[in-house]
Amino acid sequence: MHAKEIIASRIAKEIKDGDVVNLGIGLPTMVASYIPADIDVTLHSENGFLGLERSANKEEINPVIVNAGGQPVTIKPGAVFFDSAMSFGIVRGGHVDITVLGGLQVDQYGNLANYMVPGKMVPGMGGAMDLVSGAKKVIVAMTHTTKGEPKILENCNLPLTGKGVVTLIVTELAVFEVEEGRLVLTEVHKDSSVEEVLSLTAAKVRVADHVGVF
Amino acid sequence: MNKLISIEAAADLIHDGMTVMCGGFLGVGTPEKIIDALIQKNVKDITLICNDTAFPDKGTGKLVVNHQLKKAIVSHIGTNPETGKQMMEQELIVELVPQGSLAERIRCGGVGLGAVLTRTGIGTDIQKDKPVLHIDGTEYLLETALHADVAIIFASVCDEKGNLIYDGATRNFNPLMAMAADIVIVEAERIVPVGTLNHNEIVTPHIVVDYIVKGA
Repeated sequence: MHAKEIIASRIAKEIKDGDVVNLGIGLPTMVASYIPADIDVTLHSENGFLGLERSANKEEINPVIVNAGGQPVTIKPGAVFFDSAMSFGIVRGGHVDITVLGGLQVDQYGNLANYMVPGKMVPGMGGAMDLVSGAKKVIVAMTHTTKGEPKILENCNLPLTGKGVVTLIVTELAVFEVEEGRLVLTEVHKDSSVEEVLSLTAAKVRVADHVGVF
Repeated sequence: MNKLISIEAAADLIHDGMTVMCGGFLGVGTPEKIIDALIQKNVKDITLICNDTAFPDKGTGKLVVNHQLKKAIVSHIGTNPETGKQMMEQELIVELVPQGSLAERIRCGGVGLGAVLTRTGIGTDIQKDKPVLHIDGTEYLLETALHADVAIIFASVCDEKGNLIYDGATRNFNPLMAMAADIVIVEAERIVPVGTLNHNEIVTPHIVVDYIVKGA
């Protein structure tokens, strides 16, 4: 499996029957294909609906049914459309159990930076700031490093999307929980090791008593 | 009262320097025909309030490419490289607003509220220069209402009175903007006689719609 597939399949294990989940664009979207078929999960699409099913294939394309990235998708029976105020009322009101987002940087205080690199790239936050402040559980899905440089840091130096909001970080090498100013390494990938993960992580880390393998 | 007007008459209602709200999410649910008329008329110095600046060849992105915007109040510009370029060259002012806060600010503008309190943006650059209120031990950011001179919106079905129904994900910001501008122009995909819509399925009531333009 490629790094992104490893991350997406591991995050899918966090999703439980009955959960309402928002998957960000890109890597987080891939999580949907690993959600077990025997559990009932409602996917929220912040452009205004609940009940997203999957990417539409060519014959299924309907121009008014697209995800928050503008890509054609299909919907499940019982899907419901609404306006943007309702969509974010659902988010801020605590009605979303899990949000999965990409990250440029995450730090040991649970701060997340993912919407701009000053002077270089300014895509904007879209719905990310609302999602991280409103969802019950915030999972960051990202590769462990960029060109060998750690993205999990003591302090983010890019503008923050949210302060102290991250619950779980999942990379292709490890799973971390956020705990009072430090990260807890709870799992490592079967092809990696605690030593490798620590050498590629620039934050204060406590290694859990029992480190799982995924 | 006949609200149906030509596309040219709609463009004549929009002038240089106006604040314009435009419905749509990455161009889905955007009144493309009205956008094209604004390009034709070359209305300048627009302050645009929209979810995003879509793509260079779609939705409000076309106004950016044609250098018609002075300011964009949006949540996302990543799909239109021209917006980022004009922002870096200081030709265009971009005010990035979290999407939920943008929706709520527009809603406030339309329903007689001065501002909204939200947790979104606390501890980020968005907080800069904005009041923070402590309510029952929680910090909230005060986000002020947005109002526009004109809202251009899209509906799938419109009756001749201006009652609107939206199809799928085209709804997004359209019903909110319909409430929040001095002049509201709807581009409707289909226009039907009064009395033919199911009263319970109408989303936007006719009283807020001033003009109707037939869409493609």
